[in-house]
Amino acid sequence: MTHGSNSPRVIGVEGISRVEGEGSLRVEVHDGTVTDVALEIFEPPRYFEALLVGRHFTEAPDITARICGICPVAYQMSACAAMEDACGVTVDEQIGRLRRLLYCGEWIQSHALHIYLLHAPDFLGCADAVELAELDRGVVERGLQIKRTGNMVMETVGGRAVHPVNVRVGGFYAAPEPAAVAALIEPLTRARNAALDTVEWVAGFDFPQVSGDYRFVALRDGDRYAIERGRPASSEGLDVSPAELADLVVEEHVARSTALHARLGGRDPYLTGPLARYALNAGTLSPLAADAAARAGLGAVCTNPFRSIVVRAVELVFACEEALSLAESYTVPPRPSVPVTPRPSSGTGATEAPRGLLFHQYEIDGSGTIRWARIVPPTSQNQLTIEADLRRVAQGALELGDDELQWRCEQSVRNHDPCISCAAHFLDVTVVSS
Amino acid sequence: MSGPSGSGTPGDDDTGPVQDAVRRPTLAVWKFASCDGCQLSLLDCEDELLTLAHAVRIANFTEMSRAKVAGPYDVSLVEGSITTPDDALRIREVRANSRLLVTIGACATAGGIQGLRNFAASGAYAGTVYAHPEYINSLDTSTPIAAHVNVDFELHGCPIDRHQLLEVITATLAGRRPVIPGHSVCQECKGRGTVCLLVSGGTACLGPVTRTGCGALCPAVGRGCFGCFGPADTANTSSLAAQLRRQGMARVDVSRLFRTFNAGAPAFLEESVAQGGSLPVASSVSVRPGPPPETP
Repeated sequence: MTHGSNSPRVIGVEGISRVEGEGSLRVEVHDGTVTDVALEIFEPPRYFEALLVGRHFTEAPDITARICGICPVAYQMSACAAMEDACGVTVDEQIGRLRRLLYCGEWIQSHALHIYLLHAPDFLGCADAVELAELDRGVVERGLQIKRTGNMVMETVGGRAVHPVNVRVGGFYAAPEPAAVAALIEPLTRARNAALDTVEWVAGFDFPQVSGDYRFVALRDGDRYAIERGRPASSEGLDVSPAELADLVVEEHVARSTALHARLGGRDPYLTGPLARYALNAGTLSPLAADAAARAGLGAVCTNPFRSIVVRAVELVFACEEALSLAESYTVPPRPSVPVTPRPSSGTGATEAPRGLLFHQYEIDGSGTIRWARIVPPTSQNQLTIEADLRRVAQGALELGDDELQWRCEQSVRNHDPCISCAAHFLDVTVVSS
Repeated sequence: MSGPSGSGTPGDDDTGPVQDAVRRPTLAVWKFASCDGCQLSLLDCEDELLTLAHAVRIANFTEMSRAKVAGPYDVSLVEGSITTPDDALRIREVRANSRLLVTIGACATAGGIQGLRNFAASGAYAGTVYAHPEYINSLDTSTPIAAHVNVDFELHGCPIDRHQLLEVITATLAGRRPVIPGHSVCQECKGRGTVCLLVSGGTACLGPVTRTGCGALCPAVGRGCFGCFGPADTANTSSLAAQLRRQGMARVDVSRLFRTFNAGAPAFLEESVAQGGSLPVASSVSVRPGPPPETP
């Protein structure tokens, strides 16, 4: 490629596809060096933290679910956890198990969507899954079958796949009938087997050789792979409560984004999501998922962001297996919810959304009215790291032509399954070079 | 198929002639301020998605594909509400490029949950969320698509029901009016045999005034309907509000009940104001004044 020495080479994508929400990407190259990268988020802000003020604390799960149609359960679970923390309530163990089952449904649905419909087409040179289906219809149908199973779990436990209706602060409105949960066992068994095939399929893709120097942050939950609860931990030894993490995370507002950029201790970019969870919690995976990871050659830590699709597939195996186990052992809880009485207080709730750690903080008064809210979605936390990745990936691929480099940059962003709808308070790709 | 170095990159519109032996109608999906849940409903049609992709040419669907085909489009599905000056212009371009424009979901048909900003003082929301509100180019209002351009069909729901979405697409392709019922959730409960929560347990329920389409999910789990699908065709909201008040519900709570995802839908907006809720501040949002407040 020849470029004038004075005009920069610019790679740009207005409206990155196959991500949730609206963003753009811009990479600027001068004299063979990437000088500037920006993940610009132009998703219109929806002001959730403002509109929650004055609402009743019991409304937070349903209202915050509307932040994201792909991961509404994550919002509902973090909101419930925060309100229960504020009110000093702990739910019964069986309610906790039902929440984990519902959350597994969302992981299965969201991971299958991302692997098959959003991410895999990049590795196979396809514009989308429809084009991929022209190459191999069976493989896309397998992905859709896994996705459908996730939706079935959400419908059975949550009442609806997008914006479930059965979740409340304190638990559920009604516990599902045993027969309805038992009906999940057969499809979950098939989905687990299909997930094992998925690991083998994605492990065979060609991966650009890139390694990130990541500071990982994820929840830890004893000997369980953390999903719906846990203590925030990092690859640098952090071990704190959700409220302490919330104090450590400082968000800054920059001109190019309607998402806030989060830094740990006001200083350090970090990464949440599958790579972080795997690095911190791989020891707690089930034997089947751990074995699938080993056969895929993942090792103890995966620092190649392009291989996040393999980690996501391993998590898919885990989520199917976990859901299967929870469905097989299900008995109707003695009560579907525990009573929650408001008190003047504040609370923090943190859970693992499919794409990373999500925390909510609220202050409520004695009548249960929300006085203040703060919601920190995974993509806000990951945005600086996604930009660092983009710089690294682009710098290592400058020999590519503009179209190929642009595609590689988009793929680099999609590695992290960003949810822009969530982060706006939130994405677009341009590469500039000279 | 186009490889990474091939055509079909975003921004490179394929303006060439459609290659199909039989010209397939083109379907475009557009997003404005929203959660992506309604367009996800299209991807949630797991059994029908690949069949649909053969019946129509998916010409613009950013969440699903890098490939973009230039308009005009036969059918555009529009998700989301108008909340920025840029989007107010963009929706006009979409309209100009679409033979039929169908809005999907509560954001597109009523302004969505983000429409609660319509009741707040100008700029108050941006200042709460952002350190530098001056970086944000956002309107003080969240308004439905129909407030900006002519809409051919509105599909309600927060989220929409995927079966109803398939009916709308099928009907539109067949050139007939979609068969989408406009009666209330209440009737659907009767059909399911769900015991009435409002009558039997005094549970606050918007079922009598809310459009059916969800399958009456909430009453089936013992929860009052909270109005995801917006007002039914003939919604007697004042009668329901009076009943809720008789059952001891505070006016502020009644008002709040009508003021969620479909707060901007006229019947719900008027009732929330009648129950003491604040009037929309912005001039572009209009509402008929409600009856005078009751004396306590």
